Amino acid sequence: MNKIPNRQAICETLMAHAKEDKRIIALCSDSRGSASMTPFFNEFPAQSVEVGIAEQNLVSIAAGMAHCGEKPYCFSPACFLSTRSYEQAKVDVAYSNTNVKLIGISGGISYGELGMSHHSAQDIAAMSAIPNMRVYLPSDRFQTEKLIENLLKDEKPAYVRVGRNPVEDIYGEDNCPFEMDRATVNGEIDAQNDVAIIACGEMVRPSIEAAAILKAKGIKAVVLDMYCVKPLDRAAVVKAAGNARLVLTVEEHAPYGGLGSSVAVEVAAKCPRKVITMALPDDHVITGKSPAVFDYYGLNADGIARKAMENLE
Amino acid sequence: MDVKALTLKSLELRKVVLEMIMKSGGGHIGGDFSVMDILVTLYFDQMNISPENMDDENRDYFVMSKGHSVESYYAVLAAKGFFGTDTVINEFSQFGSKFIGHPNNELPGIEMNSGSLGHGLPVCVGMALACRKENRPSRVYTVMGDGELAEGSVWEGFMAAGHYRLSNLCAVVDRNRLQISGTTEQVMTHENLHAQIESFGWNVIETEGNDIAKLHEAFDQARAVTDRPTCIIANTIKGYGGGEIMENKVAWHHHVPTKEEYEEIVKAIDAKKEVALHE
Repeated sequence: MNKIPNRQAICETLMAHAKEDKRIIALCSDSRGSASMTPFFNEFPAQSVEVGIAEQNLVSIAAGMAHCGEKPYCFSPACFLSTRSYEQAKVDVAYSNTNVKLIGISGGISYGELGMSHHSAQDIAAMSAIPNMRVYLPSDRFQTEKLIENLLKDEKPAYVRVGRNPVEDIYGEDNCPFEMDRATVNGEIDAQNDVAIIACGEMVRPSIEAAAILKAKGIKAVVLDMYCVKPLDRAAVVKAAGNARLVLTVEEHAPYGGLGSSVAVEVAAKCPRKVITMALPDDHVITGKSPAVFDYYGLNADGIARKAMENLE
Repeated sequence: MDVKALTLKSLELRKVVLEMIMKSGGGHIGGDFSVMDILVTLYFDQMNISPENMDDENRDYFVMSKGHSVESYYAVLAAKGFFGTDTVINEFSQFGSKFIGHPNNELPGIEMNSGSLGHGLPVCVGMALACRKENRPSRVYTVMGDGELAEGSVWEGFMAAGHYRLSNLCAVVDRNRLQISGTTEQVMTHENLHAQIESFGWNVIETEGNDIAKLHEAFDQARAVTDRPTCIIANTIKGYGGGEIMENKVAWHHHVPTKEEYEEIVKAIDAKKEVALHE
C-alpha cells in the first residue's frame, strides 16, 4: 500500500525545484502540517510565508507576490480555500491574471467525520465557473508530481485539489503517461467499448478496478483519468465515447457543476448518448471516514461496476 | 515640490473627472473629488512610477483599493502620460471599452484589478513582502476608503503587515466620513480608527487630505519609519473642490450632475484655482 499522499508529492516536487528557483514561494494559513509542507518551511524559510488562519489574506498576499515576480503556491484546506477566499481567487488571481497556484488540500470528503463545514464538494463547480481559472484533480502521487512540474513552467492561475489520505498507485515512477491538459487513457479506446468511464481525483482508482470487474463479466470499458477538469479534454471525451452505449462519470463532488456536468454538455453536443453521473448527494454527506462514506454512496469499484451494468441493460 | 502647481493640477484633473462622468452618465464623483489630492501627491511627488519604468521591478507599486474612485485614478494616469486624456474621457464606461468603471490592469499603469473592497491592502502586503525578499528599494502604496474599513479582509491585511513589520508599505485612508448610506459613524463606526490601526503594529499619521503640502509632509514622515508600516489617515471632504452643492453631501456618492450642476461645479473649481493661484 502506498503511504505517500498526493499533498506530500506536491511538497517533494516543490522542494526539488525551490533550491534552484528562489522565486518559488509556499504560503500557508496555519496549514503547513495538514499540507505536508513543514519540510519546505523548515528548509526554505525565506521562501515560506505564514499568514495565520486568514484564507482571504492568504490568496491576496499570494497575488501581490506573484505580481512582483514570485511564484506562489497557496496551501489551505479545499473547503476554506474554495469558499472563504473565493472572491480573492476570482478578483486577485483570475481577473488580475496573477501567477498563483491554489492548492486545496484535504479536498472532497477527506475530513468525512468533521461535517459539511470541512467538506469541499463544491470546489470544482465554484472554481470552474471563474474565467481564467484552471481546475486540476490529480489521481495519484506520480501524476501529481507531473502536474506540479508542468504548473511550475507556466504563469497562469490554477486550482489543484488533492485528498488527505494516500491513494493506491495507478501509475509508476517510470510509467506515468502525462500530457498537460490531456486526459490519461487507462485501457484502450476501440469500437467494441460498451462504456466509457470518466473520472477524476480519488475516483480514478476505483473506476479502473470497476473496469476490471466489468471485463470479467464480458463488458468492455475504458477509463479516462480526467485530472484536467478545466480545461476539459473535450476531444478525449468524444473519442472515448466512440461507439460506447454509455458514458459514466465519477467524482468526489456534489452532483451539480462538476466533472459530470461538463462531460454531459460535451457529449450532448458532439455525440449524444446516455450519460450517468456518479457523485456525492445534494445533501449533508453522512458522517464517517471517507472510504466508508464512499462505500455508502456506491462510489467504489463494485458500485461503479453495478451502475454501469444497470444502465447498459 | 511645487505645491501651487500640484494644487492647480489636482483641481484641473477634477474637471477631467467631471467630463468623464458627464459623457458616460455614471461614476463615483464624491470619492473622486475627495481622493484627488492624495493621488496627485503620490503620482507627481512621491512615487517612482512612470510610463517609462513600468517594466522596472525596482519601481514603486500602487493599488487603488477604493476602485470605485476610478475616474480620478484614470485622470491622474492620463496626466502622467499612460494614455490620452481625451481617450479616457471619450471611452470611459463605453461599450467594449477597456476603461471599465473599476480599475482594469489591461490598461497601462494599472497593477491590479480592484472594485470589490478590502482587497488592496492584503495584495499590497504580498507586494511589500516580495519587494523586501528581493531587496528592492520599492515602496508599496494603497488607498482605501473609510467605508471600506468595514471589510474584515482589510484587518487581515493590517495584521499581517504589522506582524511582518513591512516598513516599505504605506496605506492611505481617504477619510471623508461619508458612504453610500450615510456617515461612516452611522453605518459602522470608526471613532477610534487611529488607535485601532496603531494597535495592529502600525505607525499612524493623521493629516489633512485635501492639502498637498501636508500630504507631502506625511508621506515623507512615513518614508523615514523603518521598523513598521505606516497608515496615513487623510482627513478629506467628500466632493472637495466641487463647491457647496456637492461638498460633504451623501447624495453625491455617485450622483451624475445635471447641466446646471455641472456648470456650478466648474465655477467652484475655477474659483478654487483662483485662490490657489494667488496664495
